[in-house]
Amino acid sequence: MNEVSNEAATKAQAIPALQTRPETEASQAKISMRDLDFYYGDNRALKSINLDFPERQVTGLIGPSGCGKSTLLRCLNRMYDLYPGQRATGEAMMDGENIISPNIDLNALRSRIGMVFQKPTPFPMTIYDNIAFGVKLHERLSKAQMDERVEWSLARAALWDEVKDRLNTPAGGLSGGQQQRLCIARSIAVRPEVMLFDEPTSALDPISTLKVEELIDELKRDFTIAIVTHNMQQAARCADRVAFFYLGEMVEVGTAAQMFTSPRETRTQQYITGRFS
Amino acid sequence: MSTSILTTGHSGPAKDQAMARRLGERRKRTDRILLWLALLATLIGLAFLISILATLLWRGLAAMNLTVFTEVTRPPGSGGGLLNAIVGTLIQTGIGTLVGTPIGLLVGTYLAEYSQGTKLGGAVRFVSDILLSAPSILVGLFIYQLMVLPFGGFSGIAGAMALAVIVIPIVVRTTEDMLQLIPSTLREAAMALGAPKWKMVLLVCYPAVRPGLITGALLGVARIAGETAPLLFTSLGNLTWSTDLTQAMSSLPVTIYAYAGSPYEDWVDLAWTGALLITFGVLLINIIARYVLRQRR
Amino acid sequence: MTPSMTAQRSRSALGDRIFAGLCRGAGIFVLVLLGAIIVELFIGGLPAFRAFGLGFVWGENWDPVAEEFGALVPIYGTIVTSIMALLMAVPAAFGIAYFLTEIAPMRLRQPVGTAVELLAAVPSIIYGMWGFFVIVPIMARYVQPAVIDTIGELPFIGALFSGPPFGTGIFTASLILAIMIIPFIAATMRDVFHTVPPVFKESAYGLGCTRWEVMWNIVIPYTRKSVAGGIMLGLGRALGETLAVTFVIGNANRIATSLFAPGNTIASLVALEFGEAEADSMKLSALLALGFILFVLSFIVLATSRLMLRPRAGH
Repeated sequence: MNEVSNEAATKAQAIPALQTRPETEASQAKISMRDLDFYYGDNRALKSINLDFPERQVTGLIGPSGCGKSTLLRCLNRMYDLYPGQRATGEAMMDGENIISPNIDLNALRSRIGMVFQKPTPFPMTIYDNIAFGVKLHERLSKAQMDERVEWSLARAALWDEVKDRLNTPAGGLSGGQQQRLCIARSIAVRPEVMLFDEPTSALDPISTLKVEELIDELKRDFTIAIVTHNMQQAARCADRVAFFYLGEMVEVGTAAQMFTSPRETRTQQYITGRFS
Repeated sequence: MSTSILTTGHSGPAKDQAMARRLGERRKRTDRILLWLALLATLIGLAFLISILATLLWRGLAAMNLTVFTEVTRPPGSGGGLLNAIVGTLIQTGIGTLVGTPIGLLVGTYLAEYSQGTKLGGAVRFVSDILLSAPSILVGLFIYQLMVLPFGGFSGIAGAMALAVIVIPIVVRTTEDMLQLIPSTLREAAMALGAPKWKMVLLVCYPAVRPGLITGALLGVARIAGETAPLLFTSLGNLTWSTDLTQAMSSLPVTIYAYAGSPYEDWVDLAWTGALLITFGVLLINIIARYVLRQRR
Repeated sequence: MTPSMTAQRSRSALGDRIFAGLCRGAGIFVLVLLGAIIVELFIGGLPAFRAFGLGFVWGENWDPVAEEFGALVPIYGTIVTSIMALLMAVPAAFGIAYFLTEIAPMRLRQPVGTAVELLAAVPSIIYGMWGFFVIVPIMARYVQPAVIDTIGELPFIGALFSGPPFGTGIFTASLILAIMIIPFIAATMRDVFHTVPPVFKESAYGLGCTRWEVMWNIVIPYTRKSVAGGIMLGLGRALGETLAVTFVIGNANRIATSLFAPGNTIASLVALEFGEAEADSMKLSALLALGFILFVLSFIVLATSRLMLRPRAGH
């Protein structure tokens, strides 16, 4: 134990800049993973993951490249269904239903769990149509109602003021940071319950990154959020709870404050202090 | 915990599960219909392929025997084979490839190595693309004007030249595509050793893409082996045995054309046999070309 | 620079100059080649153009005996068969490409894709023969009579499907052409669909789209230009196709309303009548003039397709 606290002390000195969130009160789990395994063919990429995603909080997934954090995230909206040879076993319970089960209606699932990807993906249509696209899949709205929804989504994504005069121009004309916020707005428009962010700012400049992080902070008032990031400072800034993954296993999970100041596991410590990335 | 604004007036009416489910069902139905349509299209396409190959095999094998390869074409009812036609095709295709491939290779090299951004390069690439898809009958007419009329007769060499013209743009395309795939680091390494550009191209670039170049040549051969229209106006066809390039020369596609349209049953049978030979020859070359390219990986 | 380096430099410079010159010369040769083709066709057709003027293009008479030649019938046949072939081929090709890129299980994609490419490699004379010996009897015995008796009875549209069921004709030729260009367009579409980055498709799936919705709303708009270019390329090939058409078009030099009637395309007419055209005859000149017109048509289509497929000059 002594070793650990010494390590922790050195570590606290080594990374003083990691400002973590104020501790938020515990809330119940929106999604509960139990014994989740994931396979790429015969290769077991995720091993018996047990993890809760508390409601209306940000859960950060960190770890070195290839540790399985993105794979885990993509289990939650069954993205792996697109690729034969990839499969998951176990449970991921949301509101009494198992996401992993083959009986789930995928389209309905994806209207409740949205995803924002690393690379901004504006669809080849106007800004308005981009936002309306997802909504039309699941709801029948009048023109006025759709206008309202578009404005609401863009406002919540902190993009409305910048694009309100050019809703009918192609989305490809936006800057990278704006495109990513458009993708966020597009996901919000469908009014999911959970939002998944897969390294959402790694392709963005620092200013856009900051804007997106502020956005995530705002969004968690309404959505349960899970974010994968390889940037520890980002995890410290954004996440309420952090889970550290290594080689397909979840090594440790705890509040951000605890994980970054006094982690229990050696491997977590080593990662946090930059021993490996 | 702040209250959610998700269901307040700003974002519109509350979630209508029933509507979502109905929309979902309809969308799934559309998806399924399109799936069956796509499957149908694929099955129909495969059915055509099977029908073509089956017809070729059935009717082509019926008249297939050794005489096809040992006898020349004879008038209907007196036996006869396709020897002169086969040989004629081999000769004209061979010469056409031998002439067209080096030219195509040089042009492709020009486009990949020497023409960066120049207007001439753009023009050459454009023209090559046009020639690649231009009707082959026009190539036949062109060579007719150029080589048949002035010299007073159809000839095997004119046929070979028409085929060469068709081969050139095929080889240009594959050469340029292959050379452009070479990473610039390989080129720079050669130049850094002091090699002049022409040596770099000949001794580093060409060997690096040799399988691709071979594939290009093979695809060219496969294409011209089956061409009929250009030969109709150049080498015309010859019902006797002749390997004289200055005279009209027989070829398999032209003979098939003449025989298939004739009212004589044995000629029609031979036409099928010839068709079988040509098709499977062409398909075989294609498969070999594919195999060569895959070896690279 | 030491003398030895200077000497070497001029030696390799010579080698470079020769090789670069060779390559450039070959490039110029290709330009000259196209020019020569245009010139030869034009010169050969000049007597006909001069004799009939621009009316050659609209002339409906093709009468070798009276030495009166007009290009309207074969031009009509070329355009109608090509457009109809395209109308039939594009949906089928699209279905195949959709199947290959989104629907087929992984294990089937390679073999079916190869089968499609092999179909594209079959020589056109084979399509012609197969069309004549297999499809024409089916058309004559089953399809054409059935259509003539049903759709052929309707007003207006019925005129398009009337006449004796020969089995050959404009429609059959279009069908064979369509079958010929399907694999080509399908392969092009498949290659183009593969260029869509997976993350775009995943974004759409992530919103809850079905497979078809991803294809229709994301993949097709993303690849719109290249797909159009590929279709134009298919059209370009159909325009000049000779042997597949010659066997089944019926060789008649008049325009009829019925699609089941025989006709001619430029390519089939030239192929069929060339044998009887003597050197220096007006007929030969008319055939060459037709060839020139075909070249112009193909050039326009191919150049347009290229603009759509390779938008950046010097790509």
